[in-house]
Amino acid sequence: MSWFVYATVTLLSLVQGNPTVKSSQQQAPPTAEQSVGYVQQQQSTLEYNNMEPKPALTPAEAMPVEELNPSHYPARRAAHVAQHYLNTQHGSPFKLLGVDRVVSATSEEIAGVGMKYVVVFALKEMITNEPMGQCSAEVLYPIGEEQAPPQVQCSCEGLLHIDTKAQEEALYQQLKASDSLVSGHNIPDSYGFIAPEMKPFWHLGGVASSFVMLKESNESTLYNMAQVVNVTQQESQNKELTFQYHVLLHEMVSQEIIHWKLLVAWCPAEGVRVLQTEWQPKCHHCVAPPSNTTLTLYSTS
Amino acid sequence: MRGLLLLTALVATVFGQETFEGHQVLRVTAKDEVQISLLQDLAEMDMLQLDFWKEPAHPSLPVDIRVPFHSLQAAKAYLEANGIQYSIMIKDLQAVLDEEQHEMQSARSVEARNTDSYDYANYHSLSEIYSFMDMLVYENPNLVSKIQIGSSYEKRPLYVLKFSTGGSNRPAIWIDTGIHSREWVTQASGTWFAKKIVTDYGTDPALTAILNKMDIFLEIVTNPDGYAYTHSRDRMWRKTRKPNSGSSCVGVDPNRNWDAGFGGAGASNNPCSETYRGPRAHSEPEVSSIVDFVSSHRNFKAFVSIHSYSQMLLYPYGYTRTPARDQAELHALAQKAITELASLYGTRYRYGSIINTIYQASGGTIDWTYNQGIKYSYTFELRDTGRYGFILPANQIIPTAQETWLALMAIMEHTKDNVY
Repeated sequence: MSWFVYATVTLLSLVQGNPTVKSSQQQAPPTAEQSVGYVQQQQSTLEYNNMEPKPALTPAEAMPVEELNPSHYPARRAAHVAQHYLNTQHGSPFKLLGVDRVVSATSEEIAGVGMKYVVVFALKEMITNEPMGQCSAEVLYPIGEEQAPPQVQCSCEGLLHIDTKAQEEALYQQLKASDSLVSGHNIPDSYGFIAPEMKPFWHLGGVASSFVMLKESNESTLYNMAQVVNVTQQESQNKELTFQYHVLLHEMVSQEIIHWKLLVAWCPAEGVRVLQTEWQPKCHHCVAPPSNTTLTLYSTS
Repeated sequence: MRGLLLLTALVATVFGQETFEGHQVLRVTAKDEVQISLLQDLAEMDMLQLDFWKEPAHPSLPVDIRVPFHSLQAAKAYLEANGIQYSIMIKDLQAVLDEEQHEMQSARSVEARNTDSYDYANYHSLSEIYSFMDMLVYENPNLVSKIQIGSSYEKRPLYVLKFSTGGSNRPAIWIDTGIHSREWVTQASGTWFAKKIVTDYGTDPALTAILNKMDIFLEIVTNPDGYAYTHSRDRMWRKTRKPNSGSSCVGVDPNRNWDAGFGGAGASNNPCSETYRGPRAHSEPEVSSIVDFVSSHRNFKAFVSIHSYSQMLLYPYGYTRTPARDQAELHALAQKAITELASLYGTRYRYGSIINTIYQASGGTIDWTYNQGIKYSYTFELRDTGRYGFILPANQIIPTAQETWLALMAIMEHTKDNVY
């Protein structure tokens, strides 16, 4: 069988909102009739990604809720998905969120819909190493043959406490005023070193990667950004700064290093947006993109 | 400029000043004699501890001032209040010095002359690590010897350091690092462990007691072909470098190549995959050398294979959900080990069987060693949890090695005290 190299050009104009403001582009939270089992929360830190109305479920269709071991991988992977989601919503060159520890988790199969995980985890801001309190997330991995992004709802108690506006504004002004365009490569380098002035662009790469990592996640994956291969600032067309990124993602289960090219826009007011994404083949002469054979096959031998 | 910065660093070291953390260098432009005079007044303010790299002389000639962190607010307030223009030339002097130091290090790596001057806080080339091994043996002939257990696909020697205080085929502990070449913190830690052992023998009671009863075998670069490749071509290379017939893709995952659940779920049969199991079990010389060595030795009691990253301590099995017969004991010992590990820097590890904690994996090292009867079989996944991943900053090597050593000591002590 011969495989063709293909590029996926996706328009991902997910607007990152200020946590205290509900963006008008977000869909209304699902009503009680549409989604039995989803908890309605009124806290201002609650946000939804694009959710389509789910078919109404009768209690009879719900399967038993399974308590998960927080140190085993299913809970961990679900928390990681919530982490990617949080970074798409709140990440910036000066703010990167991470799962510090999974506190508790459950999973539940929802017939005809998918696997729903509820995870409580301790959140950390990764740049300052500040603990950020706890988050409670629902991650729904949709059923289906093809990869579809997980649906995430997440509420965190400590998100509003980090204020990076001053730093973001300073960087933004500095770049706007500059005559030259920023560029860098191998961030970090082989020795784990990052030039201090490149750190915000490393973080920005991490945030942008989160959009892809979120979209690509399923129960059998765990993604991290391994490296920024290069970043090149583009000419600015409007108030946003734009960057072309080439990043390496590490997928833990298959152990693959996956190349992605991302076109990223950022300004303090709008947050991070990913305008285009393009998967890059592993090597030009490779026969096939490796298939993930470490899927959910639990042999009982 | 560079020379000036180096001089500054040198002077600082000589005078015992520790750091320029947060210090900024301001470039000030005085527009007239009045402002020059104001700058001269500023220079007189001793408590600010300002360091003028360029003295105020003439209007429109730049005046460069190094301002310690604690004086930044006051200095800037003074300039602004007097309408004196300035810009921040260096935002964090220490960061710049670190970068320079780093550039110097990677530009010309001077080979260490002995294991005391070896830089444990840095990553090294294959030849530097091989030199280290020879130096360690040379310096400790009564404790350390170097054994070649085989050769890699590209004919590099596979060296194991044997730490022994005598006896004849004593019960032994095995430690390997670098089986996956991109996991650089492991080879670096292995080097540190080697030095730690010779340092602690005779001075640390616990380690001395272990070596008086048991031998320790340490293979620092378990996959030298892969390691060389991560330096020369691809930092992210994981597997061996053996070509695969019928495929343009190179390499076999050495941690899927062992004869334990080989062929089952948890490894790939695609040569292009990072978890390719290989054409048959033990097809890779890097693996078969260890298999042969362990099999002919017949007296290994503990086997620890070290990887990165994820911060986990894992025990068998990876290929099956059937719990290991010694699961309870392995679990309890793992808990003890990671508690010891956390005691140093608070680094949090998860622990459990491979298949529960990380993923299903077949053909793995410690599944095979456990099935050979080596009860205390463990795999470590060292720092971090994904922020830097495989490219962990060099300044984390020693803390990682130090904390991991505490866990290793717990495992080795338990092995010594639980003869079987």
